[in-house]
Amino acid sequence: MDLTLNIWRQKGPESKGKMVRYEVKEVSEHMSFLEMLDVLNEDLIKKGEDAVAFDHDCREGICGTCALMINGDAHGPEKGTTVCQLHMRKFKDGDKINIEPWRAKAFPVVKDLVVSRSALDRVIQAGGFISANTGGVPDGNAILIPKKDQDTAMDAAVCIGCGACVAACPNASAMLFVAAKVSHLALLPQGKPEAKERVRNMIRSMDDENFGNCTNHYECEAACPKEISVQFIAKMNREYLKSMGESTRLKERLGES
Amino acid sequence: MTLDAKIPSGPLESKWDNYRFSMKLVNPANKRKYNVIMVGSGLAGASAAATLAEGGYNVDCFCFQDSPRRAHSIAAQGGINAAKNYQNDGDSVKRLFYDTIKGGDFRAREANVYRLAQISNSIIDQCVAQGVPFAREYSGYLSNRSFGGAQVSRTFYARGQTGQQLLLGAYQALERQVALGKVKMHARTEMLDLILINGHAKGIVVRDLVTGKISSYVADAVVLGTGGYGNVFYLSTNAKGCNVTAPWRAHKRGAFFANPCFTQIHPTCIPVSGDYQSKLTLMSESLRNDGRIWAPKKKGDTRQPHEIPDAERDYFLERKYPSYGNLAPRDISSRAAKEACDEGRGVGPGGKGVFLDFADAIGRMGPDRIRERYGNLLHMYEKITGEDPYKQPMRIYPAVHYTMGGLWVDYNLMTTIPGLFCIGEANFSDHGANRLGASALMQGLADGYFILPYTISDYLAREKPGSAKADAPEVKEAEKNVADLTKKFLSINGKKTPDEFHRELGNVCWEKCGMARTEQGLKEALKKIPEIREDFWKNLKVTGSGEELNQTLEKAGRVADFLEFGELMCLDALERKESCGGHFRTEYQTPDGEALRRDDAYCYVAAWEYKKGSASVLNKEPLVFENLQLATRSYK
Repeated sequence: MDLTLNIWRQKGPESKGKMVRYEVKEVSEHMSFLEMLDVLNEDLIKKGEDAVAFDHDCREGICGTCALMINGDAHGPEKGTTVCQLHMRKFKDGDKINIEPWRAKAFPVVKDLVVSRSALDRVIQAGGFISANTGGVPDGNAILIPKKDQDTAMDAAVCIGCGACVAACPNASAMLFVAAKVSHLALLPQGKPEAKERVRNMIRSMDDENFGNCTNHYECEAACPKEISVQFIAKMNREYLKSMGESTRLKERLGES
Repeated sequence: MTLDAKIPSGPLESKWDNYRFSMKLVNPANKRKYNVIMVGSGLAGASAAATLAEGGYNVDCFCFQDSPRRAHSIAAQGGINAAKNYQNDGDSVKRLFYDTIKGGDFRAREANVYRLAQISNSIIDQCVAQGVPFAREYSGYLSNRSFGGAQVSRTFYARGQTGQQLLLGAYQALERQVALGKVKMHARTEMLDLILINGHAKGIVVRDLVTGKISSYVADAVVLGTGGYGNVFYLSTNAKGCNVTAPWRAHKRGAFFANPCFTQIHPTCIPVSGDYQSKLTLMSESLRNDGRIWAPKKKGDTRQPHEIPDAERDYFLERKYPSYGNLAPRDISSRAAKEACDEGRGVGPGGKGVFLDFADAIGRMGPDRIRERYGNLLHMYEKITGEDPYKQPMRIYPAVHYTMGGLWVDYNLMTTIPGLFCIGEANFSDHGANRLGASALMQGLADGYFILPYTISDYLAREKPGSAKADAPEVKEAEKNVADLTKKFLSINGKKTPDEFHRELGNVCWEKCGMARTEQGLKEALKKIPEIREDFWKNLKVTGSGEELNQTLEKAGRVADFLEFGELMCLDALERKESCGGHFRTEYQTPDGEALRRDDAYCYVAAWEYKKGSASVLNKEPLVFENLQLATRSYK
């Protein structure tokens, strides 16, 4: 199939970017979307032009590196799929495809389609862990965990940190990302001692990093390649409420707004 | 040079215990005076960096990805082994030790493997404490499953994403130390040279992949946890960024490279669909429990699979290995599929594929049972190929998956360069000539959480902290070396892209040094690879500049190293005139086509020494088996 691509090109963080049109010919339906871009890049290099920079690594849908807006959809049209697992048979001859980077204040563009998602790492640094130093821990079977809790924790823990939830959200909110980590750890007995500090610190960090607020659009769930449920956002909100002592609740709220 | 593995004396069971007692410690108040460089942030790197920082050391951690959470450990599916014996099925440290040595075809060190088996249990406890959501039974206890090469259920797992969950556990521990200021994380930063001062590893030269700035870091010790070199074959199940650059450049500074020809090929991957193919996707080995593998009996049979009657199908694994059938080990299954394709009986584009057929199992159990067991995998297959595996057989072909070889390390995980340590897949230590399933995660975390933090202290205790200075002439020399190389890539301005050279190299390695190797083929490869390399330095084209994010330039550097490393891998394969584990030399097989090991002449670790401008030199570390008897594997 022959396709017309409109790709966001931007030399660096401070430069002005623009959409640039490319024609690609004889694309095989068996190619992955990223392989189609590889072929384009090989041609560009041979012509002496700069290759289009895009992030990718494992190409099997688990590392969370690849991140493209395709015709306005984070990770493209296929549900529950990262760009690297999207194949060209989902497109047809003559299609025009717009390819853009994640757009969010918290994700500044590095070059072309590459953005910086280090804000997500900093949110984890704020509390997305259990403080268990290496050594001196009990036997794995000394901590019993009901299967249901374990399964629910795993449903949240599958987050790959790609940032599609942020890119899809009209407010560029990272609520689903934060909620997934807060819920994963709060559901497990090991995570309970630090649950209150964790949720408060992570939410504060999320705000500090310029992510927006949640206004219940659920675009995050629709875009999530791991199909993580927005119910975890409700879980996080409950954890957040629980983290405020009865007497300090109002003060805390005022203090944080 | 004599290789001293520094294996402690005494009985196998107490070597590690006694050795830990004999090691020097660094007093907690002094630990904060030491700086350690950690290159790589996968299971080994992240767990080591976090643990060293918890202990009080200052750590600089580097990764080329945009975040330490992206490292390719994340893609491991199956699980992690441990000798817990929770199932009361006869498992023990000794049995895990035995299975690992045997699975590795008796080409690993007894003392290292025994220590690995001992530590395996602590890893599970540590990961549970961090909140890794391992599968549980209804009782709340941890669940186990069985895996290839073992008769006990000792594999712990988190659905099909065990690697992801373990890596996130280590990543979170690492980020906690970043927040505490004990680890400084340098993402999108690639190590391009090693700095030696007075013969000791004291720093690295890096390129900031965003700005292109070349700079150096000095420290009291350097640790490499940079993963395997499977991408020398171009197509593999590794992530696109996986490379041999850090260990290779350390090799050129004096670290020996051990057993590079020991590579593992996984039998069940989705086949190549065209020239544009960028990587291969693994389909879990578990599919072989219910799927039957076959190829048409007739050469060049282009009929649809359902048009080929049973009598004209060759269920070749069942035919050749009646007792193990479709569950024959990885190396054997892979070779059998290759043979069928080499005979012209392969299926799919280019004839590089065989069928993995669920028709019988669907007939026996119904599609719902199959969906329940393998739904995720079959769905992934459909996404990639567009074919429905419930209606027509899947097409599979072997692919490079893991590399057992790596930098030579002693019992302390220290390379032949004092102060340079190597952990995880990047070292050669524990898997011999073949790795068993669910053992890679175990080794990476054993090295990072429980071995390196002890052994590096023993080294540091003998070193004066902060002795290396950033303005040392050695630092400037290494920086200049990297800057010159970068300029060279940009100045050739030829006609071929880095990927084109990488594909050419990959093709030679796969054809001549893949599943089956011959003297003649390896000699051809050893002639061909230098030719590709020569062409590379004359005809490479890299666009853009060195002062920006330039993925083409990054790739050129990695391909340049693979072009040198590939030659060493083929040389090692040529020198090892026996068949063992993943290394199958066609000349050395039993009359019925099985691997023929030659313990009299090749029971050693081949550790290669780099010589600038002349051939690499082979050093041998003999393998001594005091506790196990050398035996032949049989799966008939």
